[in-house]
Amino acid sequence: MSFNLDLVIKSFPLLLAGALITIKITLISVTIGIFIGLFVGIARIVNIRAVKLFAAVYVDFIRGTPLLVQIFIIYFAMPIVLGIKIDPLIAAITACSINSGAYVAEIFRAGIQAVDEGQMEAGRSLGLTWPQTMRYIIIPQAFKSVIPPLGNEFIALLKDSSLVSVIGFEELTRRGQLIIARTYGSLEIWLSVAFLYLIMTVTISRLVAYLERRFDTKYDRR
Amino acid sequence: MIDVKNLRKSFGSAEVLKGIDLSIEKSQVVVIIGPSGSGKSTLLRCMNYLEVPTQGQILINGTDLQKADINKVRSEIGMVFQRFNLFPHMTVLQNILLAPMKVRNIDRKTAEQDALVLLERVGLENKADAYPTQLSGGQQQRVAIARALAMRPKVMLFDEPTSALDPEMVGEVLDVMRNLAKEGMTMVIVTHEMGFAREVGTRLLFVDDGKIIEQGEPRVVFETPKEERTRLFLSKVL
Repeated sequence: MSFNLDLVIKSFPLLLAGALITIKITLISVTIGIFIGLFVGIARIVNIRAVKLFAAVYVDFIRGTPLLVQIFIIYFAMPIVLGIKIDPLIAAITACSINSGAYVAEIFRAGIQAVDEGQMEAGRSLGLTWPQTMRYIIIPQAFKSVIPPLGNEFIALLKDSSLVSVIGFEELTRRGQLIIARTYGSLEIWLSVAFLYLIMTVTISRLVAYLERRFDTKYDRR
Repeated sequence: MIDVKNLRKSFGSAEVLKGIDLSIEKSQVVVIIGPSGSGKSTLLRCMNYLEVPTQGQILINGTDLQKADINKVRSEIGMVFQRFNLFPHMTVLQNILLAPMKVRNIDRKTAEQDALVLLERVGLENKADAYPTQLSGGQQQRVAIARALAMRPKVMLFDEPTSALDPEMVGEVLDVMRNLAKEGMTMVIVTHEMGFAREVGTRLLFVDDGKIIEQGEPRVVFETPKEERTRLFLSKVL
């Protein structure tokens, strides 16, 4: 067995560029996912049956089907319905956002329900409306408890984004495959790819731990 | 000021309030006592529709809560909870400012001036920038009272305001309530503090099993209860 260090060094700029693309689609998707998740999470607890049902169906469908299949549906099946070709970048971000939105919705729902019921009562008893109480009282408190699971979701999505390589979108994993096709350096390249994913995920988890600490000291001392 | 007509409330199959009729006048201090599970807290919570009655009517100044803009009605009824329910992510000052600014659209400067006056009234002017968890239970409850007063309510509802407090802090909260009563605030208080009920209350209601069993001037009810159930309850708590 020989390990070609030279290949690693030579491919590194290409892989790093791929990693940056991975970060880009993950960041965009997580951001959109948080917006979707916030609304769907609230929709799941609101007292309107149709809204609740719609949110539940969405969450069940996304969580009950593989992300890979969702990517195929968006990239291969949707164009048949819409009659237009979808750009791989758009397909990748759409699939990842919609997927992440469902998981984030569950995180927010749990976070909101974990806030003491007395908080909603106190807000409403002062004359605040339900949306005002949600916005100023419940959600700010829920945010604190959702930071750790949200961090996990971020990391999971970053890794799962490797699946969009199957539609030819050139993120980190796809770059690796392409380099291997030219150089046959499976060992060197896959280890490099894994290393880059690891650097990214460890950085995120440190960042999340830091955020968690900052939010904690603000008002939780007893 | 508050009229309760044939109020009934059920949770599932359990009927907690079994037909309550009650009329509360301005500046009355109505104290509600009774065993736990008697429905006294539910009765209080129906008065601002935190619990929606199963049957019957609640009228505040003649407005039926069923048909009223509930947020507007609530903004004029202060409520103080057993467990304070301060907003833990906001400072004391922010807790007090929120509703006047968001519900009444009062500008920050005016709202702050009002808030500081209220904090002085409850003896906590130096705690404006503290977070609730940095305060003792008694201090938190006094902030909760100031927060409710910031909306300049016409009525104040108190749901066992001293039950979650350490004994040495009960007095400071009762003092604040006593002063409010002196200033002529209309108050409805669910409490286990019999001494306070007797001293400050202008009217006492004894509630048991979802009904008002007996009512009258506190001194009279305490000294010469007419009903057997009242007598039995008082003999246990006095």
